[in-house]
Amino acid sequence: MAGKIPIAKTYKLFIDGAFPRSESGRTFSVNNSEGELIANVSQASRKDFREAVRAARSAQSPWASRTAYNRGQILYRVAEMLESRKPEFLELLKSIGVNNRVATREIEDSIQRLVWYAGWSDKYSQLLGSVNPVSGPYFNFTVPEPTGVVGIIAPTEPAMLGFISRIAPAIVSGNTVVVVSEAQSSLTSVTIAEVLVTSDVPAGVVNILTGDQTDLLPWMVGHLDVNAVDISGISPKTDLTHLEEVASNVKRVVSRSVDEESLELISDFLEMKTVWHPIGR
Amino acid sequence: MKMPTSNITFGKTGSSIKVIPVDEVSLEARAASLATRSIKTSSKKAALHLTIRCIDLTTLEGADTPEKVASLCQKAKRPDPSNHDVPSVAAVCVYPEMVHHAVEATRNSKVKVASVAGAFPSGLSTIEARTADISDAVKRGADEIDIVLNRSAFLSGDEQRAFEEIVASKDACGEAHLKVILEVGELGSYDKIRQASMLAMAAGADFIKTSTGKIPQASSLPRVLCMAEAVRDFAYQTNISVGIKAAGGIRTAKQAWHYLVVIGETLGSEWLNPEMFRIGASGLLNDVLLQLNRLDSGSYSGPDYVTVD
Repeated sequence: MAGKIPIAKTYKLFIDGAFPRSESGRTFSVNNSEGELIANVSQASRKDFREAVRAARSAQSPWASRTAYNRGQILYRVAEMLESRKPEFLELLKSIGVNNRVATREIEDSIQRLVWYAGWSDKYSQLLGSVNPVSGPYFNFTVPEPTGVVGIIAPTEPAMLGFISRIAPAIVSGNTVVVVSEAQSSLTSVTIAEVLVTSDVPAGVVNILTGDQTDLLPWMVGHLDVNAVDISGISPKTDLTHLEEVASNVKRVVSRSVDEESLELISDFLEMKTVWHPIGR
Repeated sequence: MKMPTSNITFGKTGSSIKVIPVDEVSLEARAASLATRSIKTSSKKAALHLTIRCIDLTTLEGADTPEKVASLCQKAKRPDPSNHDVPSVAAVCVYPEMVHHAVEATRNSKVKVASVAGAFPSGLSTIEARTADISDAVKRGADEIDIVLNRSAFLSGDEQRAFEEIVASKDACGEAHLKVILEVGELGSYDKIRQASMLAMAAGADFIKTSTGKIPQASSLPRVLCMAEAVRDFAYQTNISVGIKAAGGIRTAKQAWHYLVVIGETLGSEWLNPEMFRIGASGLLNDVLLQLNRLDSGSYSGPDYVTVD
């Protein structure tokens, strides 16, 4: 058809289930492997981060109080939705320079990983929790509870698998997350957001800020309402002295390799609560 | 085109108040433009302190207990116990049954005790029962009485009755300040809000208040602007300055600033004090405290750092 107008997608942030532009109005450009412009992407500011944390906080308690089974089903649903959008992700990964074979593998692994974590939703607490012997007329239980709001610096490479690998172990147990996604990886992150909104993931459980991690990291570690930070995707250019600020409210700091897939990764974002319960007669 | 005006005559004395119709489009546009006004960091602390000084810290739940009221009063007196700079709020607002507990808990402080009265929130009982309720609350020690406008009478065209009931309520108040709740969400139009404002002020209200907080449609910026313009008109016509209280749905410091801007721009800075402006709220105070923490510490605070009410 002659004169067809190209319709390019606007890549925006993902906060509280909606796709707003950055409050700052800033954008950054993402080029393909040939150096041509693919997209202008919203660049999140500290105020966008503040809004994202607010959304994550209000979503956290309802998300954690869903049944483990339900959270597992929703994660599984995300995998289903990814499955049906494989070609789109393949194109996207190829455009940022991943070759066909590697990209196909990465998408497959991402889906498998989601299903793997979905299966854990109603099993991790049996393995991590315990009934403890005590010398007194008490039942003594230790039960895992979600840490709360988790700030994640997503790995830039592999873009898709890195993102999925970091959010899945956090949200499966009832945490909510604010993810900072940089540079080329921001395209897949925003596209995953489109998958999340159609997968019954409640608004605010996953919030995605595309932008510069050096801008946002100081606000993330300093924010008193963020309970843990995952710096798996931190880049060498980022000033690590900021991390000292996690002491302000004793945040958990987590850093993992993208290749890992284990129960331990779920327990990174869990707090152990021990309860003494009198034995009645 | 000449603006149509109507003169509404209230009361036995036949005193007449001119009520100008409201231009809805301009009103909403003006409210929206005032809401975009930014407050510079250097002024934020003053704005936050003023907000706290204007708060009527409110609990109007069926499940209120003397203990809950007492802890609310502690919070009213010292909103942030770790910071001496933070002022106390203007008043606590409770049900008549809780008034003497609040009076007890706020003794030796500047915090006033306000009580809703007069068949709150509907206002639909006999005027005798309502005035008795008001006298009772005053007797228990309330400094301020929040009553509701009889919307049933007002909306069915019996403005005279609505007027006379406010006059009777004012008598029952004695020394106590009278705030008249218009319940703007039930009035249906800005014209009605303006008429109701004029009616309440002509009947002797010391304050006009937006809402009970019991219906989802509560205070909004254009509605408060509409009432502020009525207050301004009333002051021009009679030389009497009446206060405004915004209540219902105001939860964030930012919203509260917008109200301060609207009041300041419409009525001038003489209204920007607790004698002339109040915000009725329960959750707002915590958000203001969080913003103050943010200003002092430089990093964002969270709900873990303020009391659970």
